[in-house]
Amino acid sequence: MRRRLPGRRAEPIADPARGIELRGVGHSYGERTVLSDLDLQLTEHRIGVIGANGSGKSTFARLLNGLVQPSAGQVLVDGLDTATQVRAVRRRVGFVFQDPDAQIVHPTVAEDVAYGLENQGVPPPERTERVAAVLERYGLAGHADHPAHLLSGGQKQLLAIAGVLVMRPARIVFDEPTTLLDLVNARRVAQVVAELEQQVVVVTHQLDLLDGFDRVLVVDGGRVVADDAPAPAVAAYRALMAGR
Amino acid sequence: MTALALYVRGTSPVHRSPAGLKLLALAGLSVLLFAVPTVPVAAGALAAVLAVGVVAARLPVSVLARQVRAVWVWLVALAVVTAVVGGVASAALVTLRLLALVLAAAVVTATSRVSELVAVVERVCAPLRLVGVRPARIGLLIALTLRFIPLVAERADRVREAQAARGGRVRGVRGLVTLVVPLLVQVLQLAHTTAEALDARGADDDEARSGRMRG
Repeated sequence: MRRRLPGRRAEPIADPARGIELRGVGHSYGERTVLSDLDLQLTEHRIGVIGANGSGKSTFARLLNGLVQPSAGQVLVDGLDTATQVRAVRRRVGFVFQDPDAQIVHPTVAEDVAYGLENQGVPPPERTERVAAVLERYGLAGHADHPAHLLSGGQKQLLAIAGVLVMRPARIVFDEPTTLLDLVNARRVAQVVAELEQQVVVVTHQLDLLDGFDRVLVVDGGRVVADDAPAPAVAAYRALMAGR
Repeated sequence: MTALALYVRGTSPVHRSPAGLKLLALAGLSVLLFAVPTVPVAAGALAAVLAVGVVAARLPVSVLARQVRAVWVWLVALAVVTAVVGGVASAALVTLRLLALVLAAAVVTATSRVSELVAVVERVCAPLRLVGVRPARIGLLIALTLRFIPLVAERADRVREAQAARGGRVRGVRGLVTLVVPLLVQVLQLAHTTAEALDARGADDDEARSGRMRG
C-alpha cells in the first residue's frame, strides 16, 4: 500500500454552486494594465465576452483557468483559488484556443484526444472508450489514425474541442473559437457550443454566436463596461464601437 | 500525406507485435548490417524487410516507396561518391544497407502508433527518474516534435508565399534570411500558445497522471 507522502495536499473541496468568481481582479503586463477592478460572479450556463482587439478579452479568458494569474485580486472557480489550486481548477475548466494548431500536441487524431486523459490518469481501456465516443460525436471517428495536420481547419477546431471535452470539465472557456473558420465550420462549432451541457464562457468577435446566451459581458479598456442579456449588451457594444 | 504521416491502420501480426519488440528488432538489424558488412547480408536484409513489410504487415507498396523517394537523392549521391572512392562493391553495400534500414524503420513506424513508440521510450527512460528526469516529458517531447515538423513546414510555406506575393525574393541565401526571421517569430508564438495548451490539458498534473488522484 502506498504511503501517503508528507506535504501532499488532498483534493480540495469544491462548491460548484459558486461558479466562477472574480474579486477585485486586475492584470498588468509590466507597466501596461490590461484588466482592472473586475468584480463578477459567473454562474449562468452560457456567457459571452465581446470587445475590441486589445480590450483584454483573451487575458480575461486565461484568468478563468489559471493560465494567467491576476496581478491583483482573486479568481475562484467553484471556490478554488486559481493562484493556489491551479491544477484542481484546470481539471474543472477546459480551454479551447483560437488556433487549434497550437492546441493539438500529438501527431494523430485519436492520440491527441487521449492526451488529456493520460494526464488525468484515466486507465487505458476507459481512455480508448472515451476517445472513441467523443470522436464519434464530432464526426471524427473515421479520422482516428489520421495525421492531425492533414485535417481541415474546421476539423482541427472540432478535434481541439474533442480533446477538451473528453476530459469532462465542468466548465469550458473558448477563446475566439470561430475566428479562423469559414461560415459552415463556424456554424458547426457554434452548434457544438450550443449543445454543451457544461457552463461555457465564449470570447468572440462573431456576435451571432451569442444568440441564446444567458449573459454577455462587454470589455473595453480592461473593464467590463456592459453586463447584460445578449441583445442589450450587443447594442451597447455597437454603440461603443460606432463612437470610434 | 507527408513523409511523417506514417502509421497505416492494420491488424497484421506485425501491427499487433509490441512496439518495443519492433524497435529492438530494428536496433538488432542495424547492428547486424554494420557488424557484417557484406553485400549478400545487406541484400538479404533488404529482402527480409520487404517481405515483412509487404507480405507480413500487408503494407501498400506505395507507403514504402514514399520513404525511398524521400531519401533517394541522398542514396544516389552516396552511391556515386562511394563508387568513386571505394569501388562498385562498396557502393552496392552502402546503398543496400541504407535502403534496408530506411525501409525497416518505415515498417516499424507504419505498424506502430506514435503513442506506442512514445510509451516504449518512456519505459526505456524510466531509470532516469533517479536523476530527476521525468520520462513522460521525454515522450511528450518526441510526440511534439513529430507533430510540429509538418506544422512548421506549413508555416514556412505560408511565409514564403506571403513574401512572394509582395515581390519578395524567395530563393538563395537572402531568401533564406528573410524566411527565417518571420518564421522564428511565428514558431515562438506557436510555442507560447502550445505551452499554455499543455498546461490547460494537465501536462504538469503529475499527481493525476500517476494515478494518485482523479479529477
